[in-house]
This record gives sequence, C-alpha cells and structure tokens, in this order.
Amino acid sequence: MRVEISTKRIYSDFVKKVEEINGQTLPPCYQCGKCSAGCPMSFAMELLPNQIIRLVQLGLEEDIAKSNTIWICASCITCSLRCPRGVDLARVMEALRLITMRKNIDHVKISEIPQETIAELPQLAMVGGFRKLTA
Amino acid sequence: MNLSYYPGCTLKTKAKNLEDSAVASMAALGVNLVELPRWNCCGTVYSFAEDEELHQLAPVRNLIRVKEVESNKVVTICSFCYNTLKRANLLITNDPEKRNTLNTFMEEEIDYNGEVEVVHLLEVLRDEVGWQSISQKVQLPLKGLKVAPYYGCTLLRPQAVAIDNVERPTIMHDLLQALGAEVVDFPFATECCGSYQILSNPDFVSHCVWDILSSALRWGAEAVALSCPMCDFNLGQKQKELRQTHSGFKGIPILYFTQLLALSLGLDPEVCRFELNYVDPRPLLESKGLLRQ
Repeated sequence: MRVEISTKRIYSDFVKKVEEINGQTLPPCYQCGKCSAGCPMSFAMELLPNQIIRLVQLGLEEDIAKSNTIWICASCITCSLRCPRGVDLARVMEALRLITMRKNIDHVKISEIPQETIAELPQLAMVGGFRKLTA
Repeated sequence: MNLSYYPGCTLKTKAKNLEDSAVASMAALGVNLVELPRWNCCGTVYSFAEDEELHQLAPVRNLIRVKEVESNKVVTICSFCYNTLKRANLLITNDPEKRNTLNTFMEEEIDYNGEVEVVHLLEVLRDEVGWQSISQKVQLPLKGLKVAPYYGCTLLRPQAVAIDNVERPTIMHDLLQALGAEVVDFPFATECCGSYQILSNPDFVSHCVWDILSSALRWGAEAVALSCPMCDFNLGQKQKELRQTHSGFKGIPILYFTQLLALSLGLDPEVCRFELNYVDPRPLLESKGLLRQ
C-alpha cells in the first residue's frame, strides 16, 4: 500500500479530533503487532488494528474509512490490555467510530433489523450494539 | 447478611435462569440479595470517549440508588452491568471535574462521590462466603462433570476492574472445584465471543464462538460455565448453525455458574430454569446422576 506522508496530514483536524475524543495525545506505538495478534476479530478485518493506529498517526482518515476494521471491533479491550507501550487502542477505535457517528451516520440501521432477530436477541445485545454502532 | 443487588434488564427477561438460580443459591448460603428500588438500565457498554459525560448518567444514577438505601456495596450478577457500573464508579472517584459536572447536571439527585463499592457475585462468593464454607454446604457434588469455566471480557478487562488475574483467572475454577466438578482449563477462557457484533456481523460471531467451543471440547469439556448473558446467547444460540457448518459437532451445554451452584447446594432444580438455556443441559446432568429424569 502506497501512502503519502505529510505534515499537513499529521497536524490535521482529524488527528486533533481523535485526540480530543480519546482524551490523550496519540500514543507511542512502535508497531510490534501485539494488538493484532491478540484481536479475536482480526480474521475479519480488512486492515489490522496495528495498521489502524499507524494510519491515525499519519492522519490518513480516508484509508481508515475505506476499511471495515473499526466497525468489526467488539470493544473487548484485549489490545489495550496487552500493549507494551500503553496504547489504549480500544479507545482509539471508539473515537474513530464516533467521528463518523457524530455526523449522524448509523452503522446499523435499526429499522432494517428483522423482527425475529429483535425477538430473539437478549436486551443487552441490542442496547450495547445500538450504543456502539448507531449515532 | 443483606446485600444490595442490581439486576439489570436481561436478568429480568431472557436470563431469568441466571437471576433465579443466583438469588436462591445466595439465600441458601445466608446472603439475602435485596433488589434496589427504582433501578434503571446501566447503559450496557461503557463509553470510551472522553467527552461523553451524558453516557455516565445511567450507571451513576444506579449508584445513587444504592447510596439512598444507605448501603455501601452493590452486587451485580450480569458481567456487562458489573463492568459499566464499576467503571462509572472509578470515573466518579478519580475525576473530580467530571464528578462535579455529573452532580451538577443531576440536580434533582443527591450528590454522589464514589461512596459505593461495586462487586460481582463471584467476588462475594470468594471474599465473603469463601470456598471452604461453600464446599461444606454442597449436598450434591458435581462429581464427574467436566466443566470449562469461560470468563469472557467484561469481568477481566480493563485491568482496573478485573475481578481476578486478567490473563489467568481462577475464580470460577475455584468455585466449580468447591462444588466438586472436574474443572477443565482451556486456552480460550478469556477470549471475546464477538459480543454485540451479533447485531451487525453475526457470521463473524459464529467464527469466534466456534474457536471457543471447539477449544473447550478439545480440552475435554462436557459443559461450559459462565456469568454473562451476552456470552450465553452467542455461545448457546450459535450452536444450531455450527451443527450445520461443522460436521461432527454435536453441541455442548452452556450453563450459568449459578445454576451449577444451585444444583450442588441441593436446591429444587426448578430454580435453575433449565428450559431457558439455549442448549438443554438436562440430558447431560441426568447422565451424571445430578438431575432426576
């Protein structure tokens, strides 16, 4: 994958927004890959968690948006727990989701969920899913 | 001993088997779980954002309910509720600015400053009742039942709210051992089941569930024990589909640890509400002589 690295990107509003929602400056990830190794959902991700953090650091918002990764994350916090550099990646993933959802864009369309699914799912699955995946 | 108890939504609906078996077992162990008045949804998932104080109102209101009944401790049984209430409590305790914002916003409520301790039922069993005292009260040891304890995420992560060692927990192992079961250790005991992704990516959840269940079976488990209604749904409900997609997979019962506790304490099996389990555990329990046919 070819990427253009520029200071304009790195100091962009996008990076500032991530830092603001995240509550911390972008952390000192050194690309060891432990987050991706332990991620239970990485098998389904188009970009791995360690690639996401690098793209955030470089301010490459569009590349992140093109991949399904942030919407596949189940917020299990395994990455944050095991990171040797103290990167709270689960928090970064949430900040990235919120940047989209705060534009009033839902990832899950509640009206399209089949009636049988609603009848079947336990309450916490629905409330949890709506809170993590809808605006 | 009386303990304030926060049930949460799922224990009152889909997971009545968890609530009923827990309340009855604790009564048999001398702990009276007193349901909080006027409790509301805990919010289910904790917000990871720095600027979303609004999402902390639901859990904090519940903690205020506990303070109002002059209790300094609240016990949860659902793992999700435990995590959300515990983390909101930590936020209130450690962040004076947010505490002030929340208290000011909820002007109709009494001020809350982190006076309440949030604990999970497993912690009460370990720290207040004790394994030895439990094993002395066992009437029907779960002899020969090979159970794999499955912890999932929310009892252990993040580290600040973990009820046990984050990578190598033993609390449920210890309980099942006290009940006389043959405890099966397996490498996927703390792996995520896919959680709320069941809503938008059910196929990926199937993948996670298969990883967990096939590992438990490989290590010799006949049943899986857990405490989370989210994991229970994914691990149980997905088995219908997994039987179609994985030849040779016959299914494995998923039980709440409280159901095994109630059974071994010699309580009426009615309190276990086994009819609500996604995979019927009764044939297995009958074959082990733990349930009359």
